[in-house]
Amino acid sequence: MSSEPVPLAIEGVSHRYGSTEALRDVSLEAARGQFTVLLGVNGAGKTTLFNLITRLFGTQSGRITVGGVDLGRAPSDALAQMGVVFQSRALDTSLTVAQNMLYQGALHGLARRQTLARAEALLGRMGLSERMHDKAGRLSGGQQRRVEIARALLHKPRLILCDEATVGLDVRSRADIVAEMHRLAADEGLGVLWTTHLIDEVAPEDPVYVLHKGAILASGSAAEIAGERTLEAAFLALTGTEA
Amino acid sequence: MRPGWLICARGIIWREALRFLQQKERFFAALVRPLVWLFIFAAGFRAVLGLSITEPYQTYILYETYVVPGLCAMIQLFNGMQSSLSMVYDRETGAMRTLLISPYPRWFLLASKLAASVIVSLFQVYAFLAIAYAWGVEPPLLGFVTLLPALVLSGMLLGAIGLFLSSAIKQLENFAGVMNFVIFPTFFASSALYPLWRLREGSVWLHDIALFNPFTHCVELIRFALYLEVNWISLAVVVGTGAAFLGGAFLAYDPSRGLIARRRGG
Repeated sequence: MSSEPVPLAIEGVSHRYGSTEALRDVSLEAARGQFTVLLGVNGAGKTTLFNLITRLFGTQSGRITVGGVDLGRAPSDALAQMGVVFQSRALDTSLTVAQNMLYQGALHGLARRQTLARAEALLGRMGLSERMHDKAGRLSGGQQRRVEIARALLHKPRLILCDEATVGLDVRSRADIVAEMHRLAADEGLGVLWTTHLIDEVAPEDPVYVLHKGAILASGSAAEIAGERTLEAAFLALTGTEA
Repeated sequence: MRPGWLICARGIIWREALRFLQQKERFFAALVRPLVWLFIFAAGFRAVLGLSITEPYQTYILYETYVVPGLCAMIQLFNGMQSSLSMVYDRETGAMRTLLISPYPRWFLLASKLAASVIVSLFQVYAFLAIAYAWGVEPPLLGFVTLLPALVLSGMLLGAIGLFLSSAIKQLENFAGVMNFVIFPTFFASSALYPLWRLREGSVWLHDIALFNPFTHCVELIRFALYLEVNWISLAVVVGTGAAFLGGAFLAYDPSRGLIARRRGG
């Protein structure tokens, strides 16, 4: 059994916007080598939780640890272990792919040569090495997403967070990216936290947390949550939402 | 201590410089604005606004000579607001989050961003001064050197104001309105276009507002530095208000206490 700390552990996190409760006592874990799914409809609180994990918001109550490091106590060390793909595309489309990579590398204190070597390897893995010197704006939506995933991996994080990373992409691109993230988790031993409202992105063996109105309603593998039903039917029953 | 601070700061400055170089129209717009004031406004008002001997000038001066330091500060004011606009835009597109999730402290990331904005403004100001020199506004050549620290300080103050404002502006659409309430009053109620004693002759309350306007002190700091002198009061005001706005901006971007944290995430 591995003694390495869990890439992401959230314990009893709650968050309020004024009088509105956005998250209520949320606990979850993204284990090493696993593609963990946070499933919820729009407005469930996924993005709020995401903003707390990335420390865009401060934690009001509860505890978040990344690779065993308390985010509240040692934010720099915790953030250094995480790679992030945001819902809205965050590449600078006026810069080339290589320049975007260099900027990201600099934000993590990586030297130019080190960044370029790593970027080349990661873009090769994503099938985009020949686009390295193209403007990011000239890439398709799916390709931009792949560049963002490669960018998130530049500094060799333990944890990758993806917030609705396939929104706006065609079915083929979505499937390719989900498959790539599964491979990354398995091959590199990364913890992946994948937030989505798209049930078809969840494989039966994936650990799933169902988030609704700020609370975790169910957790377990997708197959366990579905039981005799489809995951979609189970999700709709849990959340009381219409199909 | 985490290594690579210098690499991080250099990366942020490099990105801003790259964006600035790619936006050639931004450079020309930044130059055209003060040049219009110098070539048209100042030339037109030369006859109307006679200026007696006033510090730091040793003799009677033409209005063009008087107005140049104010126009340098105007370039920095617009540049500071442009940076603020770019921060709001980056926040809407998500690029800001890429910056803010860096493992380096947030104050350091924002300070690097501010330094990048100041460096960009220096290029604009010196390009303007070169044209003004050719137009006949000829301060002592050593003044171009002594001016540099004054420009850095005033650029930091005006950039810090922009940074602070960017945290308070919720959407890009609100930006134009906010700017109308910031740029024009700040510029016109200052010593950029007319000396404070002249202003007092017209309106005592406007003079008092201008006296307390930090932009006035940016202008005077630049004016004195360009003529190899130090205006100590302006220096103190620029450093003091700069530190206050910078502190306010750091606080506003603080994840647990700031204005950003109070917004709904979704």
